[in-house]
Amino acid sequence: MISHATWRKMWMTALGWAASLVVAFPVFWMVLTSFKTETEAISRVPHLLFAPTLGNYRAIGAQARYLRFAWNSVVVAMGSTLLALLFAVPSAYSMAFHPTRRTRGTLLWMLSTKMMPPVGALVPVYLIFRDTGLLDTRTGLVVVDALANLPIVVWMLYTFFKDVPREVLEAGRMDGASALREIVDLLMPLSLPGIASTSLLAVILAWNEAFWSLTLTAAKAAPLTAFIASFSSPEGLFYAKLSAASTMAIAPILILGWASQKQLVRGLTFGAVK
Amino acid sequence: MSTTQTSAGRRSRASGLPGAGNAGFYANLPSIGVLLLWSVVPLGMTLWFCFRRYNLMAPERNGFDGLGNFRYLLSDPGLGMAVWNTVLLLGAVLVITVGLGTLLAVLFDQEFFGRGLARVLLLAPFFVMPTVSALLWKDMMLQPDNGVLAFLWRSFGFRPVDWFGRLPLLSIIVIVSWQWLPFAVLTLLTAVQSLDAERIEAARMDGAGPIALFRYILWPHLGRAVSATVMIETIFLLGVFAEIYVTTAGGPGFASTNLSFLIYRYVLMEYDIGGAAVASLLAIFLANLLALFLMRSFARNLDT
Repeated sequence: MISHATWRKMWMTALGWAASLVVAFPVFWMVLTSFKTETEAISRVPHLLFAPTLGNYRAIGAQARYLRFAWNSVVVAMGSTLLALLFAVPSAYSMAFHPTRRTRGTLLWMLSTKMMPPVGALVPVYLIFRDTGLLDTRTGLVVVDALANLPIVVWMLYTFFKDVPREVLEAGRMDGASALREIVDLLMPLSLPGIASTSLLAVILAWNEAFWSLTLTAAKAAPLTAFIASFSSPEGLFYAKLSAASTMAIAPILILGWASQKQLVRGLTFGAVK
Repeated sequence: MSTTQTSAGRRSRASGLPGAGNAGFYANLPSIGVLLLWSVVPLGMTLWFCFRRYNLMAPERNGFDGLGNFRYLLSDPGLGMAVWNTVLLLGAVLVITVGLGTLLAVLFDQEFFGRGLARVLLLAPFFVMPTVSALLWKDMMLQPDNGVLAFLWRSFGFRPVDWFGRLPLLSIIVIVSWQWLPFAVLTLLTAVQSLDAERIEAARMDGAGPIALFRYILWPHLGRAVSATVMIETIFLLGVFAEIYVTTAGGPGFASTNLSFLIYRYVLMEYDIGGAAVASLLAIFLANLLALFLMRSFARNLDT
C-alpha cells in the first residue's frame, strides 16, 4: 500500500524533473549537436543515436583566432574583476564600517547608475574610445566592464562586510592598524568567502557581457561573446561547429555558476534576498 | 548614525593612534568619483550632441542644429515601434519569468527525488552567454526546417512556423524569458524556503485552501523577492541587445527593434551621432522613469 505522502512525492518528482529537463533541453541539445557531423546536425529528423565525433572541437581548436578570442575573454573577465574589486573593497569597507547619514543614499545612487541602459552611454563611450585609441583594445573593454559591474560588486561586498563583527576591526584599530591594514589584514581574510563569490559573479557577468563587446571590439580584442556572434552571418551556418564553439565558451561559466548559485542570489539582488 | 564615524575617529585620535575614521570615510571616494564620471560625462556629451549636426561619415558638416535631431527622430517610423517593443519585451518577460518562477519555486520547495540535480539543470540557461543562447534558439530550436520545434510541429501534423520571420518579437521574448527564468526561480525559491513552515501549518489548520494560502501567506511573503527580481531584470531587460543583433537584426522592418538596437543602428550603421544622442536621451528618460518606481519599492524593502 503506497501512502499518500509517497504518491505526492512521486508526483512532485515527475513534475520537477519534467520542468528542469524542458528548461535545460536546449543546452543539452547543443552539447549533443557539437558531437555530430554537419550533415547530421541539419537533419530534419533529429538524430539521437549517432557515432559521436570530436571533429568539430578539433576544427575550432585548430583556429588560431579561436584561441585569441578565448584569451581575450579570460583577460577581460579577470582584469575587469580585479579592477572593480580595487575600487569596490575600500568603498564597501567605508560604507559598512564608517556609515554616515548619506550611506544609504549613496548605495541607492550607485545602484541607480545601473538603471541607465548601456546603450545610453554608447555614443559618448564610442567617441571617447575612438579618440583615445581604445576602440578594439582589451584595456578599453576591461575599463568599461569594470565600471559597469562596479555598483553590483560594491553592493555585494557591502552585504558581506556587514556580516563581519565590528569589534574585530575596532580591536585592530586600537592596536594602531591603519585603514589599509584593517582592510588587508583583518577584513579581507575574514570575508574571503564573500570576496570570492563576489569575484565569481563579476567574472560571470564580464565573461557573458555582449553589448560592449559587440560595439567596441572587432578582430583584435573581441572576446568569445563576439566570436560566437560571428556565426550568425549566412556564410557561417555550421551548426555542429557553432555548437562546439558555444559549448567550449559556456562550459567554464556553467561550472563556476553552478558552484556559486547560492551567493549569486544574494549578490544579484543586492542583499535583499539571502 | 552619523555619529559612529566621528566617534570612531575621535576615539582613535584620543588614544594617539593613527585614525582610521577619516581614512574610512575617504575610502569611498574613488568609487563615487569614477561612477560619477561614468554617469555624468556620457550624459553631458549626449545632451551636447542632441543639438549638433554630426555624422561620422561627414564630419566637416558639424555644427549647431537646433531641434533638427529631435525632428528627425520623431519622423523616424522606427521610433514608435522601438519604444513599444522595448516596453512589450520588458513587460512580457517580467510576467513570464515571475509567474512561472513563482510556480517553479513552490514546486522546488517540495521534497522530491533528485531535487538538487534537477535544480542545477534548471539553472543552466542563466549562465549561457546571450549570443550563444540566441543562436542556439535560432539555429537549433526555432529554425523552420531542421529545428527541434519544427520537428515536433511536423510530428503532430502541423506546419512548422517561421518564428523569426513571422513572430520576431515573440521569438525574442521566448529567448530572453528562457535566459531569465532561472534567476527568478532561484531568487523566489530562496524566499519561499525562508517561509516559516509553522505559519502554513497553522493556516491550514484554520481551513485555508491552497489558493488562500498562496494569496494571503505566500505572495505577501514573496513581496521583497519579487520587487528585487523585477528591479534586476528591468535593469538588464532594458538593455537587451545581443539577442536581437544575432537573430533578427531588428527586423523584419522594425518588428523586433528595441531602443537599444535603434540607437546601435544610428551610431554604427548610419553614423548619425546627433540622432543617436536624442534616442539615447529617450532611453535614459524611460529607464529613469521606471527606476523611480522600482527603486522606491526596492528601497522600502531594504534594511540597510
